[in-house]
Amino acid sequence: MIDYHALAPELILAGTVMAVLIVDMLPVRKHWTAVVGLLGLFATVVPILTLGFCESLDFCDYSGSREMFGGSYVIDAFSLALKGLFIGSAFVAVLLSVGYLESNRFWQGEFYFLMLASVLGALVMASSRDLVTMFVGLELVTGPTFLMAGWRKGEARSNEAALKFFIIGVLSAAVLLFGMSLVYGVTGELTFTGIRAGSVGVLDGDLSGLFIIGVLFTILGFAFKVSAVPFHFWTPDTYEGAPTPVTAYLSVISKTAGFVGLLAICYLAFGEVTTLWGTGLWVLAALSMTVGNLIALRQTNVVRLLGYSSIAQGGFILVPFGAAIAADVTGSDLEEAFFATVTYLVIYAFMNLGAFGVVIAVGNRLRSAEIKDWAGLFSYAPGLATMLGLFFFSLAGIPPLAGWFAKFVMFRSVLASGSGWAGALAVVAAVNSVIAFYYYSKVVVSAFMEKVPDGVPVAEIREQRTAPSLQFALVLTTIGVVVIGFYPTLISGLAEAAKTFASGF
Amino acid sequence: MILGQFIILGAALFSLGVYGVLTRRNAVLVLLSVELMLAAVNINFVAFDTYARDVTAGGQIFSLFVIAVGAAEVGIGLAIVLLIFRNRESANVDELDLMKL
Repeated sequence: MIDYHALAPELILAGTVMAVLIVDMLPVRKHWTAVVGLLGLFATVVPILTLGFCESLDFCDYSGSREMFGGSYVIDAFSLALKGLFIGSAFVAVLLSVGYLESNRFWQGEFYFLMLASVLGALVMASSRDLVTMFVGLELVTGPTFLMAGWRKGEARSNEAALKFFIIGVLSAAVLLFGMSLVYGVTGELTFTGIRAGSVGVLDGDLSGLFIIGVLFTILGFAFKVSAVPFHFWTPDTYEGAPTPVTAYLSVISKTAGFVGLLAICYLAFGEVTTLWGTGLWVLAALSMTVGNLIALRQTNVVRLLGYSSIAQGGFILVPFGAAIAADVTGSDLEEAFFATVTYLVIYAFMNLGAFGVVIAVGNRLRSAEIKDWAGLFSYAPGLATMLGLFFFSLAGIPPLAGWFAKFVMFRSVLASGSGWAGALAVVAAVNSVIAFYYYSKVVVSAFMEKVPDGVPVAEIREQRTAPSLQFALVLTTIGVVVIGFYPTLISGLAEAAKTFASGF
Repeated sequence: MILGQFIILGAALFSLGVYGVLTRRNAVLVLLSVELMLAAVNINFVAFDTYARDVTAGGQIFSLFVIAVGAAEVGIGLAIVLLIFRNRESANVDELDLMKL
């Protein structure tokens, strides 16, 4: 029997995807497709909440995790927390898109259809516990984003962004699949639990070579998705060329989905062979932070700067696991690492979506994302400039904004694992936080203190209004960044759920 | 059944595909090379499935999924290539260098 309550979030979202297409055919104004999408996302939250608080509800007779389809699809506290994060971020991402698409006269119905289909893939990835489901979920996340990246059809940069993203995307998918096929061949299993059971002692057997290549290729495929250095080359180009709301979507939801897949597959499927990939995570984390930040230093375009910054932030997100593996932390001691990563992902979603919201609002007025054109922003758009400061300082990790708490739990988890290699990674992370502070503050200083360059139509810009949906998105993310900074316990419940995942080992 | 030959065939096809992706200039041929890589994956899955006599036929089912998803991806890819060809009158990957570091 199928547990429809557990599948309700996915089913409602799938229904919403169809409803958006149908509304697009009706003779109504196209922005109704966005309204339907937002309502659908809102409705999706209901079953996530009833599942999450199942124990205290009368009509809900189950508690703990629910396994379906022979253990291939699992709804537990960890997956529910991430589904909530995906839905919340998607809500903001849709809000960011509405004004942008309307004012530039882009196709709307198809856009929301693709975006929501991609979110559906992210929901599937959070729950999937076998290779087939994980692969289908991953492709559902990335497939629509190739098209969304090329949404500015007449623009050469957008075309280029789409093709680069597409080629790297399918290449990484093929590498991932080849790895999965070898893992399947050696263990004879597709479910994560089966692979884990089948991989005991395989490194000493005849097939160890095949298995090592399989594991490394699988992880490499995910490293492309989360744009970890050295697999990041597509990221800045795609981020710059794609429409800015799509960039926001890519840097938050698609990236988080990649992390979820990476963590699930590393810990649930390859938990017996940590020696194979542990050092890899350490190196990826250190390289992503360092290279991302160093190249971000010399960027002159805000979107590109945020692209490299998101690569560096991805490194920070990997730090707890790189350190935990280096310190040989296993079992329920991993709780701290999972707590840190999920907390970071939630806060990162707020501040990055907010930062891109500001970029969209300012870009819409100035028609430029070059830092030098943003000089003196405070003098003619004080509200936007203040929000720019808030989000950028939060990304840099300045108290009392939310970003500091993300960095704080990250360092705490690293120090809790307490070994030499973990300490070394903490030092790399600390140095990088300082480098990052430099380039974030460079933009803010320019916006607040420098003179307005000639040719900026200041009077005209003062007249312009930000689209109501974008205002709403900015208010939501600002509240999130400020309130979480002061009361971090608000999201600790969400991150607490991640701990249940660790107790499974 | 001799598994080794199938693994070597799969690996050779996969390497050929990677070589094609890296060296081909025409975007359509890059797409074809990716298809070659996916074909290698399918050979692996079916060979492993048959060799292990998997009662759930997991490998064969996976290869069906790979074929379906691969077809969808080629659809997306050709749409993007067509878009670029319309705007630039060429599908040459090397000419796409508007953005650098």
